[in-house]
Amino acid sequence: MKALLIRDLRLAMRAGGGFGLGLVFFLIVVILVPFGVGPESTLLSAIAPGILWIGALLACLLSLDRVFALDWEDGSLDLLATSPLPMEAVVSVKALAHWLTTGLPLVLAAPVLGVLMNLPQEGYKPLILSLILGTPALSVIGTFGAALTVGLKRGGLLLSLLVLPLYVPTLIFGAEVARRGAVGLDMTTPLLMLAGITCGTIALLPFASAAVLKVNLR
Amino acid sequence: MNLNALWEYANPKKFIDTTDRVLPAISVLAVLCLGVGLIWGFFFTPDDQRQGATVKIIYLHVPAALMAINAWLMMLVTSLIWIVRRHHVSALAARAAAPVGVVMTLIALATGAIWGQPLWGTWWAWDPRLTSFLILFLFYLGYMALWEAIENDDTAADLTSILCLVGSVFAFLSRYAVNFWNQGLHQGASLSLDKEENVSDVFYFPLLVSIAGFVLLFIALVLLRTRTEIRARRLRALLLRERMG
Amino acid sequence: MSLLVEDLTIARGGVRVLEGVSFTLPAGEALVLRGPNGIGKTTLLRTVAGLQPALSGRVEVDADSVAYAGHADGIKPTLSVVENLSFWAKVFGTEGIAPALEAFDLVALSDRPAGLLSAGQKRRLGLARLVLTGRSIWILDEPTVSLDRDAVAMFAKVVAGHLRSDGSALLASHIDLGLNDASVLDLSSYKAKPLNLNDFDEAFL
Repeated sequence: MKALLIRDLRLAMRAGGGFGLGLVFFLIVVILVPFGVGPESTLLSAIAPGILWIGALLACLLSLDRVFALDWEDGSLDLLATSPLPMEAVVSVKALAHWLTTGLPLVLAAPVLGVLMNLPQEGYKPLILSLILGTPALSVIGTFGAALTVGLKRGGLLLSLLVLPLYVPTLIFGAEVARRGAVGLDMTTPLLMLAGITCGTIALLPFASAAVLKVNLR
Repeated sequence: MNLNALWEYANPKKFIDTTDRVLPAISVLAVLCLGVGLIWGFFFTPDDQRQGATVKIIYLHVPAALMAINAWLMMLVTSLIWIVRRHHVSALAARAAAPVGVVMTLIALATGAIWGQPLWGTWWAWDPRLTSFLILFLFYLGYMALWEAIENDDTAADLTSILCLVGSVFAFLSRYAVNFWNQGLHQGASLSLDKEENVSDVFYFPLLVSIAGFVLLFIALVLLRTRTEIRARRLRALLLRERMG
Repeated sequence: MSLLVEDLTIARGGVRVLEGVSFTLPAGEALVLRGPNGIGKTTLLRTVAGLQPALSGRVEVDADSVAYAGHADGIKPTLSVVENLSFWAKVFGTEGIAPALEAFDLVALSDRPAGLLSAGQKRRLGLARLVLTGRSIWILDEPTVSLDRDAVAMFAKVVAGHLRSDGSALLASHIDLGLNDASVLDLSSYKAKPLNLNDFDEAFL
């Protein structure tokens, strides 16, 4: 499993791996928002947590179709399926690699973009906390969507259509944590719900992803 | 009755033979119930003191909303049957129910907007119930898109079934998330087992009749569409056989 | 470790292609599948490897003793030859990629990115993976495609060595590898007959 993780990370870092694309996309989305809604700092700081969450979510979505596509095309997925690694482990490692190359950089970049969005001082800690807790769920759910659409020729658009509704609860609770934190409200309940969703998806969804991937391989 | 005998109807041929016989009866009953329920509701009930004649849209709104959710539940059950017992008719019934469900969701959303406009002064509010139905609508769209995207029928049945299971869990989660997110304007449930909270009897009985009409209509449409799907699938298999020689 | 296939019926894209296929592959032997294109060799191999279910029949094999090599080699172009191989060695939990490199004459290419290899060299890299798996039953789908005569001889030597150490190989190939104990199974006689048109039961054909 470690070998697969290291290989995936290495592939992402090398030329053509697409590492950093999601990050740049996140940056651009956040920069475009003030052009769309106007430069008033009160408005921007009010919508900052939500925009940052949606930007992170879209950046996550952007890189999902790469999770299995390359391994599918060059036959690695067949070989992995007949290797000693259980399929559940393969999809979990893929999700982890996706989070490390996409989710984690987004979390780290979010405070910088928070400055651009006039995020209030108290908002930074909740924002980072909610993203750290929530982005793993985005990667795991996205891996499920990627597994569903891996064999399809034009799977990219379908992937978004399938994954975005599944993102709704995570987005609602994640953005709620960041929003409540920014205005100094109690955020225990959404925080617990967000943590619950993340733990639940990490524990259960790989089984569904593995089942779906096996169906797609035959 | 022997429960195992029920599985006989999962045979496509038997299914088509049986529905040949029952479909006309169900369709007639559906039209009858809908006619009686809607006419009774629209013309022979008093206006509400507070809402006026607007309240009468309840005879479309509530049954459609109920069926929108029940259609998804039916898809969930038939998907499970496909996963466990691998009866093709079951998977095709799930496929057949989705477009019916999505239309019911749209009716519920549209009638809700028309009802809400005079009452709340707005066509749309991000109220938990309205939002939940919007999310349900998205789930239906994704489910149908996945069916359309996959060429191999068995693969499509497997993938959509698993999507339906996972989607159900997330739809359920979304319902709670949305409730938490915004408390909302929508009135309480129009029907519940607790008699105290119910709408008054004058509205209640025509509503029950039109709900029965919607249920029968749904059954008739799903049976009809399942027959179509069975034949379409058979046709694809025959064409494939022709081409493969 | 032996492989037993009994009365197997398989389908490709929902169409039955082979029926009633039975054979056994004892340790130390090779079985070559023959038959015209489209008869279902790849489908049969994928079924035996456990990648897809059979319509009916039985495949009896320990899944942990099977190594599968399909049309595609699963090579990552941005990783070097050594990186590609050591990844698979780690996945299969085996040590030392040197013998595999030598067997397929890849030592000189060790540090070259796999994307810069020729088609034949890539194929050799893909086959070298088999040696690393340490598994006893090799399932090979057209292993000699794009190999030149020397490379085919190289491959035949590796397979012969594998058979001597009590391994076995099931392969679909048109080229005679010159293996001594290889038996041949012609799949043409197992071609599935179309079902009766009125037999419209659980399956649609």
